[in-house]
This record gives sequence, structure tokens and C-alpha cells, in this order.
Amino acid sequence: MPTPTKGPRLGGGPAHERLILANLATSLFEHDQITTTTAKAKRLRPLAERLVTFAKRGDLHARRRVLTVVRDKGVVHRLFTEIAPDMADRQGGYTRITKIGNRKGDNAPMAVIELVREPLSAKKATVAEAEAATKRSAKTKKVGKSPAASKSEAAVSTTEADAAVDDAPIVGSAGSEAPLVDATEAEVLVADPAGAEGVVLQDPDDEADDTSNTKA
Amino acid sequence: MAVPKRKTSRSNTRSRRANWKTTATTLTSCPQCSAPKQPHIACPSCGTYAGRHYDVAERSEHQG
Ligand SMILES: [Zn+2]
Repeated sequence: MPTPTKGPRLGGGPAHERLILANLATSLFEHDQITTTTAKAKRLRPLAERLVTFAKRGDLHARRRVLTVVRDKGVVHRLFTEIAPDMADRQGGYTRITKIGNRKGDNAPMAVIELVREPLSAKKATVAEAEAATKRSAKTKKVGKSPAASKSEAAVSTTEADAAVDDAPIVGSAGSEAPLVDATEAEVLVADPAGAEGVVLQDPDDEADDTSNTKA
Repeated sequence: MAVPKRKTSRSNTRSRRANWKTTATTLTSCPQCSAPKQPHIACPSCGTYAGRHYDVAERSEHQG
């Protein structure tokens, strides 16, 4: 159930408020980002997000429901064809309000309300997934959380060790082949032999150390 | 119509007005440009908030 709005209506009456909010929503979907007062931005947010939900549904009935608020067919088309696909992975929170300080003339607190069109970041998705996983494990086992964490850490450390072992032979081979090259050349072109051999070295320092060892 | 019976004395007026106080605005420093800014509001000197930039948030001296 939507939360009832508190306080007086925007504008001079209910119809005026509907008109203001409809115009704000139209502008928002046309420009992606609008600057308005904080009060209007806060009132616009639930309306705009509901319209985005209709747009994600995408059928004709939803389009007609949106057209009752946003009267501009071009803007509705943009909402359904350009904005809705960007919001496909997002489960709510389609808009973002950022306060930008007070207006000069009447000291009204202003805000920027914008559509969040950038894709859901992978980091946040994984964090949410991990949180869900920990919740599930906590449900299944009360004490299961800490052993699982230590196990995962152990797994990570073993994989790291494996990687180190894999790297070591490559570096060693590069070092063994280094004496074939003239010492002065190796000194001047440290990176070159590695490139010529096609060996991918992550640390140029290791290579440098090896050549210096062979020289000594 | 009800009207005050006595003129409010200078003492009463002044003691009432002595309690009109102002409070200092809470300020933090911008992580981007380290200028003072209000918390939860985009920085007025560089216009950034949470790593995003807003042109409309930038204020010159005359814009207040
Ligand atoms: Zn700043």
C-alpha cells in the first residue's frame, strides 16, 4: 500500500497538484535529469517509479495507464523503448535525488532528481548475493557462518599458492635462458628477452632480479 | 476585538528577543576538493556528491 502523502498539496488544489506532478514526470522522462525543489522531487519520486514499473511491463494496457499521466506520446515512447530496457535488472530505486543546496531567490532547498540508467554494478550484485547466502547459511546452521568463512578463505589461499607455483617455473625458465643473451644487452633491454620469448611476466621486477643474479 | 491592555515594556521585549539565537551550520569537508560543505548536500565549490558531478550544484560568490 502506498504511503499517504503528508502535508499540504503542491499548488492550489488537487487538480493543480496532479498537473504539476504530471509535468514534472514528463520532463524527467524527457531529459533524464531535472532540477526542482526538494519537496517536489520527493513527491515526484513515487509517481515516476510507478510509471517506470508500467514501462517495464511494456504491454498496451500499461502504455495506456502511463498515457493518463504523461500526455506526450513521444515521451511515453522514449520511456518504453529507451528507459525501460535499462531498468530491466533493477528492482525498484529507478530514481535518485541529490540535494544541491538552497535557491538564491527564496532560499528553497533544491534537488536534482534523475533516472538511474547506469547498469547495476557487478560489485553490488555480488554483495547482495553474498548477503543472501550468509542469511541462508545462518538459517540452516546457527554456527555455520564462521567455519564456512574460514573454509572459503582457505580455498582462496590454496588457489593463490597454486598460482604462485605456476608462475615460478616460468620465471625460472626465463632466468635460465637469460645467460644466452649478452649481459650488457640484458642490462639495457631487460624487458626485451621476455617479450621475444613470448613469456607473459606479471612482475618485471622478478625478471630484473633474475638477470642480476645471473650476472653475479 | 480583544486588544492588549498595556504596552509591552522595553524590558520584556528585549528579554523575549534575547532568546532569538542562531546555530552554526554543520559543515564537513568535501572528499573531492576538501572545501567546506554541508553534509548530504552536493559540494557547492566543485559540484560533486558521492562521486557524481552536478553542474547545477556549483555556486559562485554572487549566487550565494
Ligand atoms: Zn568539492
